[in-house]
Amino acid sequence: MGDYFVLIISCIFVNNILLAQFLGNCPFFGTSKKMETAVGMAMAVIFVLVMAGVITWMIYHFLLVNLGLTYLRTIAFILVIASLVQFVEMFLKKSIPALYAGLGIFLPLITTNCAVFGACVINIDKEYSFMQALVASFSYAVGFGLALILFAGVRERILLARVPRPLQDTSIALVTAGIISLSFYAFKGMV
Amino acid sequence: MFEPVFISVMALMSIGAICGLVLSVASKVFYVYEDPRIAEVEYFLSGANCGGCGYAGCSAAAVAVVNGQAPPSVCIVAGMESAIAIAEVMGVDPGSAEPLMSKNECSGGNRADDHFLYNGVNTCQALAALHGGQRICSIGCLGQGDCIRACHFNAVHMGPNGFPVVDETMCVGCGACEKACPKNIIRVRTMSERLLHFNQEDDALAPCQQTCPAEIDIPRYIRQIKEGDYAGAVHTIRERNPLLLTCGRVCPHPCEDMCRRGIEDEAVSINQLKRFVADYEMNSGQRLPIPCAPETDKRVAVIGGGPAGLSCAYFLRRLGHHVKILDMMPKLGGMTRYGIPEYRLPKEVLQWETDGILNLGIDFQGNVKLGEDYTVDSLREEGFDAIFLGVGAWKDYKLRAEGEDLDGCFTGIDFLTRFASHQQGDSPDDVAIGKKCVVIGGGNTAIDCVRTLIRLGADEVSIVYRRTRKEMPANMVEIEAAEHEGVQFHFLAAPVKAVSDEKGHVKQLEYLKMELGEPDASGRRRPVPIEGSETLMDIDMLITAIGQGPDVGFIEKEEAIKDLEITRWSTIEADPETLQTNIPYIFAAGDAQTGASLVVEAIGGGRRAARAIHLYLSDEAVTPVPNSLRKRHIPESLFESVNGIAPIKRTPMPEMPVEERIKCFDEADLVISETDALRESNRCLNCCRICYDKDSCAA
Repeated sequence: MGDYFVLIISCIFVNNILLAQFLGNCPFFGTSKKMETAVGMAMAVIFVLVMAGVITWMIYHFLLVNLGLTYLRTIAFILVIASLVQFVEMFLKKSIPALYAGLGIFLPLITTNCAVFGACVINIDKEYSFMQALVASFSYAVGFGLALILFAGVRERILLARVPRPLQDTSIALVTAGIISLSFYAFKGMV
Repeated sequence: MFEPVFISVMALMSIGAICGLVLSVASKVFYVYEDPRIAEVEYFLSGANCGGCGYAGCSAAAVAVVNGQAPPSVCIVAGMESAIAIAEVMGVDPGSAEPLMSKNECSGGNRADDHFLYNGVNTCQALAALHGGQRICSIGCLGQGDCIRACHFNAVHMGPNGFPVVDETMCVGCGACEKACPKNIIRVRTMSERLLHFNQEDDALAPCQQTCPAEIDIPRYIRQIKEGDYAGAVHTIRERNPLLLTCGRVCPHPCEDMCRRGIEDEAVSINQLKRFVADYEMNSGQRLPIPCAPETDKRVAVIGGGPAGLSCAYFLRRLGHHVKILDMMPKLGGMTRYGIPEYRLPKEVLQWETDGILNLGIDFQGNVKLGEDYTVDSLREEGFDAIFLGVGAWKDYKLRAEGEDLDGCFTGIDFLTRFASHQQGDSPDDVAIGKKCVVIGGGNTAIDCVRTLIRLGADEVSIVYRRTRKEMPANMVEIEAAEHEGVQFHFLAAPVKAVSDEKGHVKQLEYLKMELGEPDASGRRRPVPIEGSETLMDIDMLITAIGQGPDVGFIEKEEAIKDLEITRWSTIEADPETLQTNIPYIFAAGDAQTGASLVVEAIGGGRRAARAIHLYLSDEAVTPVPNSLRKRHIPESLFESVNGIAPIKRTPMPEMPVEERIKCFDEADLVISETDALRESNRCLNCCRICYDKDSCAA
């Protein structure tokens, strides 16, 4: 049980996918201008990442390993994740229209998100068991959401500050992201 | 050697095949019906997902187009060709959907003082986050130009007075400025949305606009007059009131009673300014074009061509519906034509105004009466989707006194109508008037009767009223004008009976003298008869004008509307917010619904009914206006005192001299000069615009 706790802390804080691994920077900057969008994106990522983590783990261990085709991992994962998102979108539209409407345009946006793909690959590289892969995927997604929402809050405040003209908008966002990332490095000693 | 390659290719192909298979099965299993046109429309959109149209991506825009919420020209990237292609998919005329247009609701006053020293970043967003902004006025524009930076089309620029101005020729209606504005001042709306807007609790409304039954944006048109933009002022008035020439002449302007300048000084002469611009348009010889929304295939029958019917027809037509007005009289105008005498509202002026409304493409049929020449059923069979009842209040109340049917006795509306019909050549029968005429009643109809009689050359004209001058319901200006013209007033006199001579013609009027007692339900002191005070008065003509009500006899003439609810005052029962009756396709407004009231009240009612009819025809729920204000006032907008007002005399109403005007039916009240109009417009405080303290700011 303690292992899982360490795993969760490590995935959310120490190895935060956005601030420590620097994956998924496009949605990090693209959807962090408004809190509302940031929350929508965070929810969609949690949903998709858990699904993708589980499916890719199964594809890898039951299919690729057995066939000795582990070198096809990248291309197979991309194929599977893309299809999975499409499938989930169709499923939600039919079965849970309320959730579909809530996640809106964010679902298809994640189709090619490197954070999702990255987390799946890490699961394999670290040789996690199925349960570990499930928990890790969920925790990575929570970490993603946490960082995104924190960052959106900061960016909303930045609007009120006097920013020198050359540094406005994305420039100041990058600087800020760097500083938040530094603060996350403080978690390094924990695990 | 080739085996691993073969295996990997086969493995990938099979994964791909399985994914494809699962997805295609899923697309059948999880199939949700979607209008096929959505995909077709989306094909023609740019696919850039830029959000420039105001929708979340191209597919959302396609859905909006198919649902009719967005025009075919929604895509600001793909241009005209895509608009034509989409229009073809939708089977509509390209560009026929109503264009969205940005409009700055803040028409500016003088800049308000600053709350505090601000050194932050120069955006409205940042400024608004600090206690709502820098300026003292909590409603007005902050003037940092977020909307200007948000506009990709250079359609918004900073005006000379420090608030943004929209260039309508450049605006594509993308909505970026509205999203950028933290104060909801710059708004992107279609014309229909603007026409259907009613006063709401959270609107920035000056006290005059809250009071006006037609809800005209008074501060805006006065400001436009001040800037010399008379055409703009006419357009502003026409967004709320199509009968500006009429109202400019006959409206008792309740708005002026609430004028904020009136607290410390004389109220602004709002109605004379309206008349000035209205006359300016008429005398310019050219009608300003009135835009209408794209045609719909809905038809509405408007019964009654009075102010309520004209207003309802006008707004429905501008919303794109086909309207036909039916009236029992030969010409349009209703009570404004057949009740209001020539000297107050010349027929020529009224004709010019009604012609302008018919020119929008409204059909008119006169000389037909509901229940006799046609029925509600026959209208439904002709294909009218909704019916508006604006039949007015044409039935005079009876005095219920002995002898009121003698020769030489008339009722008020009947007399005025017969005279007006003869005067404009509708009817050959002249009305024989007497030498010593008495009119019973204290309302506007009574005053119209006596002033008409004076002009017709009666030797002696008097009003008999059972209360005092203070309680008379007629407009004060009218009472004063009647006094100047030589009408005698007998107050505290209650008619008992009319006495006839041997030929059955009225000879004398017997009345009781009264004194004022305790206040009654209406708050006016009740007149009590003095016993034994019967007095006789020699007369040879008697008109009773003690009020009028709607004639709702038509409901008994056919089955379809037998159940139409009627109040105990014999007015038509309708929801006060939507004016829908208990028969869903019938709507009612004007005197027929409110009982005898003001022209401007009927105009406001006509527009309110037009909104409800429009909702009804669009298959939407006919719901009340959210947070509707409807003549209620916003308490915090009513001040006890106003600082810094230097009194400036109100422009007096130019009048024709009494000796001349009592000899003819020429218009008695004249229009103010352009210089006076400009001077008067400068007296307006432009309340609820930017600053309240106009005079001190200007200094």
